[in-house]
Amino acid sequence: MEIPTIVGAGLIVIGAGLGIGRIGGSAMDAIARQPEASGKIQTAMLIAAALIEGIGFAALFAA
Amino acid sequence: MEKLINDFSIGLFFWQLVLFIGLVLLLRKFAWKPILDAVEKRESGIEDALKSAEKAKLEMQNLQADNQKLLQEARMERESLLKDARDIKNKMIEDAKGEAQDQANKIIEQAQAAIESEKKAAIAELKTQVANLSIEIAEKVMREELSSSDKQLKLVESMLGETKFN
Amino acid sequence: MRRKISLKPITLLLFLSTSFFFGQEEAEHVEVKTDKKTEIKEYIQHHLQDSYDFSLFSYETESGETKHIGFPLPVILWDNGLKVFSSSKLHHGESVAEVDGSFYKSYHSKIYKTDASGTINYDEEHHATNEKPLDFSITKNVFTIFAIGLLMFFMFSRMAGKYRKGNTVPNGAGRFLEPIILYIRDDIAIPNIGKKHYKRYMSFLLTVFFFIWIINLLGLTPLGVNVTNNIAVTLALALLTYLITTFTANKSYWGHIFWMPGVPWPMKIILAPIELLGTLIKPFSLLIRLYANITAGHIVLMSIIGLMFIFKNWLGSSLSFGLAFALSLLELLVAALQAYIFTMLSALYFGSAVEEHNHADH
Repeated sequence: MEIPTIVGAGLIVIGAGLGIGRIGGSAMDAIARQPEASGKIQTAMLIAAALIEGIGFAALFAA
Repeated sequence: MEKLINDFSIGLFFWQLVLFIGLVLLLRKFAWKPILDAVEKRESGIEDALKSAEKAKLEMQNLQADNQKLLQEARMERESLLKDARDIKNKMIEDAKGEAQDQANKIIEQAQAAIESEKKAAIAELKTQVANLSIEIAEKVMREELSSSDKQLKLVESMLGETKFN
Repeated sequence: MRRKISLKPITLLLFLSTSFFFGQEEAEHVEVKTDKKTEIKEYIQHHLQDSYDFSLFSYETESGETKHIGFPLPVILWDNGLKVFSSSKLHHGESVAEVDGSFYKSYHSKIYKTDASGTINYDEEHHATNEKPLDFSITKNVFTIFAIGLLMFFMFSRMAGKYRKGNTVPNGAGRFLEPIILYIRDDIAIPNIGKKHYKRYMSFLLTVFFFIWIINLLGLTPLGVNVTNNIAVTLALALLTYLITTFTANKSYWGHIFWMPGVPWPMKIILAPIELLGTLIKPFSLLIRLYANITAGHIVLMSIIGLMFIFKNWLGSSLSFGLAFALSLLELLVAALQAYIFTMLSALYFGSAVEEHNHADH
């Protein structure tokens, strides 16, 4: 039985979603711990999230 | 992926590239440069104003401190002057007092010395006078006594009697 | 705790109601639904594509004729010589345009060269195999890009004019735009590029930010223009980022790509191609991200709007209306966020290109 590519894409999207969720959560933790560094944390968070997002999209389009 | 490549339109890509580069160059010349320059100028102006205000404040503080110092100095000087004056006054009084005392003591001493010497002189005169007087009296007495030979003999006799031979 | 409890019945209601709607639909209008579904699907597909004329909407007259409201745009083709004609000749792909003895027909928003009767040959996957002339037409998207460019030019040069007059306090549009410009300078350019070099890149960063933002916002208006969901547009933008990074990079940037310092030499040889590929992947992820976010947003939004016509009852339609409204708000955020991320990552790449590594620190 052949697994359709869209299933793989879905799996990758789930992974990417979990990853971005973790990044967001950790960023929240970090901001709560150090509110004065929130700007830097936000930037780092966005960059990391953007990179994962890129992988997610690449998977979606490959499917 | 295949769909993406299929959808790719060279015309749109070309136009986007050309228009966007044109837009960047145009806006750089006509918008971003003047805006950023103006903002920067304003920011540096604000910074300068703040700095000069800070400087003025510092200067003001310095000035005030100087004033305070000057005032303090003046006050101290006044105090020291007053103190000096008081000291001088006291010293003068003290000196005057001492001198007067000395003078008085000297005068008293001189007076005492004079009195002493006067006293001595007086005593010496008195002594001479008493001596003279007693010599005169003795002369007179002698003359009376030794007016006769009897009396002379008698005297000799008594004197001789008084003198004991040892 | 209380909030959680109060949310439960609503979720339950939502769940129940959706199943209820679908149940009803299936029972009564199976035919109509599939029809509508394909129609909406086609409409979305059409919306996502570029077109040769600026059409706002189309409707069907009572006689069954489709009427388009809008205006035609010039078509420019390079096919053994420059060919310019109005897109009204194409009649939205319904007829063949004859120009200087050649015949052209638009099919799925692409112009193909055909014969006089307009035959389109297909391969086994139903792709047209006709010859495609080089197409530099002023399409709807090109027109929009041009209009946005003009708008931005007038908006910002007017603003700049006020500054040039020695206006120290922003007024008018400047009051709104200046904080954004300052934000890009102070929070995107300076921290990522560094105080020494950031000025060189400011023009590009500001232009790219406002361009993407405005064009994304315009995509949310009922004008139906949709520029940033074209891979060609995002490719052009990302290509510029890549070119600027490449051409302004200093020695240490290339040094870190081809001969990574501080690692043993066999590793250096392995790392060089990876790093080189990385420089290409970075702008590629930029272009895919922008394209995918905007496309996905449009598809979801339009599908939900389409649901309104599928449900055809007040509860379902109002629910999907509410959902569409909420999603539109989200898309407003996404429009700005994608512009921000594009600008931010571009600045980051520029920063890595001009970064001066102090190896004493390593």
